[in-house]
Parts: sequence; structure tokens; C-alpha cells
Amino acid sequence: MIEAELSRSVQRWCKGATGATSAAKLSGGASQETWRFDITHPDGAIGAILRRSPKGYGAAPTRAAGLAAEAQLMQLAFEAGVPSPRVLHVLVPEDNLGTGFIMQRIEGETIARKILRDDDYAAARPHLARQIGGILAGLHRLPKDKLPELRSRGATQEISEFDRDYRSLNWPKPVFELALRWLRDHDPGPSTETTLVHGDFRNGNLIIGADGVRAVLDWELAHLGDPMEDLGWVCVNSWRFGEIDKPVGGFGSREDLFAGYEAAGHKVDPARVKFWEVMGTLRWGIMCGGMMQRFREGPDHSMERAMIGRRASETEIDLLRLLAPRGS
Amino acid sequence: MQDEPTPIELTKSVADFLRNDITPLISGHPAFKLRVAINILDLVTRQLTQEEASDAAEVERLRALLGVDGSVTDLNRALAERIAKGEVDLSTPGLAEHLWATTMDKLAVDQPNYASYKRELGRGG
Repeated sequence: MIEAELSRSVQRWCKGATGATSAAKLSGGASQETWRFDITHPDGAIGAILRRSPKGYGAAPTRAAGLAAEAQLMQLAFEAGVPSPRVLHVLVPEDNLGTGFIMQRIEGETIARKILRDDDYAAARPHLARQIGGILAGLHRLPKDKLPELRSRGATQEISEFDRDYRSLNWPKPVFELALRWLRDHDPGPSTETTLVHGDFRNGNLIIGADGVRAVLDWELAHLGDPMEDLGWVCVNSWRFGEIDKPVGGFGSREDLFAGYEAAGHKVDPARVKFWEVMGTLRWGIMCGGMMQRFREGPDHSMERAMIGRRASETEIDLLRLLAPRGS
Repeated sequence: MQDEPTPIELTKSVADFLRNDITPLISGHPAFKLRVAINILDLVTRQLTQEEASDAAEVERLRALLGVDGSVTDLNRALAERIAKGEVDLSTPGLAEHLWATTMDKLAVDQPNYASYKRELGRGG
């Protein structure tokens, strides 16, 4: 059924295309879906991905940039040489597919545990931390005058937002209180430079091949802010998937990350990176609490969501390791 | 007083049945869901086994730390408020030890295979 609409759509904007086949839903919540499909073409099938909000689900959650902005950012990234899929088409009403966009499909792996353990990526792994540094530098250099409209968030605003989110859960957690105090006491204030921030740059949101990072995905939390936020988030322990001595996504060291970032002409502020790592750890913990609430209140009453609620304690131990480390 | 087998024995028997008899029969997405279901039952079994003792120890520490009495929920709320107000912090004797002990007890139920937990357990719990 979706293939009929895709077929009609691709014939309008993809020269020579005769239809669409093999459509399969890869993931989907109530408001956003990702599909893979092939564009039938006399020169050979073209692998494509559809990201869309089905009709009637136009409104994006408050923190999300929206699919139109996501498409624009990916295209800008692609043009600037940041590993990114090429955007093929932004949906229009005639497509009858809702709102969203169609992009080129890039082959590779996104499942973090496979990337960290499979032999296929063994040669790439030692280089990933440094490569990620270079990619983030490129991403933070995207021209601000070409960016879509994005929310702007500095450290101080983020602290009060997380404070509010945490209190709305009515879930007394002394370790989270301690983290909130620490963040207030260490608030670095406005950054000297405000840039595009990806907002969810981590192991799990990257397509990796034997040759390294092939694409940066999930731009929906993009905003303007402190570039060090992305460097801190990629180091949050939950995204190391067990490789806890390799802070950068379980791949490598902060030193490699910083070296890759600075080699691309950007300065690292390690104290700010640490601040954002603490912030990121708390952020994931509060998100786990949000999952618990969603599970309890009904919109997604799945076992998986229930169990994510029980992952809040992993962020508590990681916060203690950051803020009150015990002797080695 | 309720009859036996105890809830611990009952949940464990269901988890073992799903793990040993049903897992080999299914694949794909239902197999993933089944794994989540088994993980939940294992977590519940651990909580039923450990909660009473860990809550009692937590209440004991909180009483000493705060100088007041109450349920484990009340005392946690009181501690959270005092930290928020800045009346208690990491320089307060016993706070870091209390938070560590409490957090380790939670991980022992929630995620005993979490790498940070296993590392800290190696330091002596």
C-alpha cells in the first residue's frame, strides 16, 4: 500500500525511475516512522530510506527540530563533507505520504554492540574516536546562515529544564539532586562560540562500516548551543555499551577524540566536555524516568519501555563514578 | 499468612519455563520480546529476594544521616530535599558512603551485569 504512493512519488522526481519495491518498516513510534525501499530504475535499483510523520501527526515534540529541519541539516552536512546520506526528496502534499523526506540508503551497521564486538569492524575501531573528533569539528563548522530555524540552548537553560523535568516525575532521587547541585555549581555559562549542536551524536546513531563512520543519523535533537555538548554526550557511559574504559562510544580515548577535533581546527575545552558528560548522564537518567511515566500512563505500555525505567539506576552509578569516585 | 510456594519460587519457575522450554521454539521479534519478558521476571525475582534487607539497611543509614524516622520513601524524599537546599553535600560525613551503598543495592536488582557495577563490585561492593 505504501509502495503505491512511493511508486507515484519517485516517478515524479527521480529521472528514469519506474516504481518502488521492497518497502519495509524499520522503526516507528506513533509520530515518526522509518522505512526502507528500493527505487526501480533502468540503471539498477537505488536503495532509499523514507523518514516521515504519517498524515495527522504533524506536530513535533517540543525538543525536536522537525523532519523538514532534519532534511535540511543532513543535506548541508552532506555538502560540507560530513558523512551523511544525500537527501533525495522532501515530501510534498501530492506525495500523499505525510511529512518528511526520502534519502539515499547507506549500507553499514548501527547496532552499537555489533560495532564494538564483530570482527568486521575490528580494523576500524581503533580509529573511530579520532575520526569522530574530525566529524564533530566539521559538523560544528556548518554555516550558521544556512541552518534552518533551531531552538537555542545553553548550559544554564538546560539545567533548569532538566530540573523541571526531574521534579515533574515526582521521583525523589538523592543522586539526581546531587548531580543537579553539581551542575549548578559548575555551570560554565554561555560558551564563547555558539554553533550547531547535533544533540544526539553517539554510538547507535552512526552508520559504521569496515572503513569507519559512513553516516551521522538522527538529527532530530539538533539545536544551537555549546559545541562541547556533543563531545560530552558521545562520552556518556551508557553509550559505551560495556567498554567502560573507552569513553568515546566504547571505541577509544578522550585524547584521540580531542586530537581529531583540534586537528580539524577547533579548540577543545575539557572542563566543559566533563560538564556536558555529567549533564548527559543525568539527561539519560531523567529520560529513563520519562519512559517509566509513559509506560505507567499508557501511551506505550510495552515491556521494553518498562525495563528502560529500570535503567535509571545505571546513570546513578555513573554519576557517582563521576562526582564521588571511590579509590582505585 | 499466605501458602507456599513463595512468590520468589513461583516467578522463578515461570522464568525458567520460558527460558528453557519456550526460547528454543521461537525466533525473530517475538524472541526478542520473550527475552525482555524473561529479564523482567528475573529482575522481579531478584527484587523479591533482596529488597527487604536492602531497604532495612537503607532506612538505618538514612535515620543516622538525617536524625529523623520514617518509611524508606519518606526518608529518601527528605534526603533529596536537603541535598536540593544545600544542607547536605558530599562533605557531609556518611553521605557518599550512603549513596554508594544504596546505588549498589539497586544495581544488584536492576542490572547486575552493568559494567560499571561489576567494576565497583570488584572494589569490595
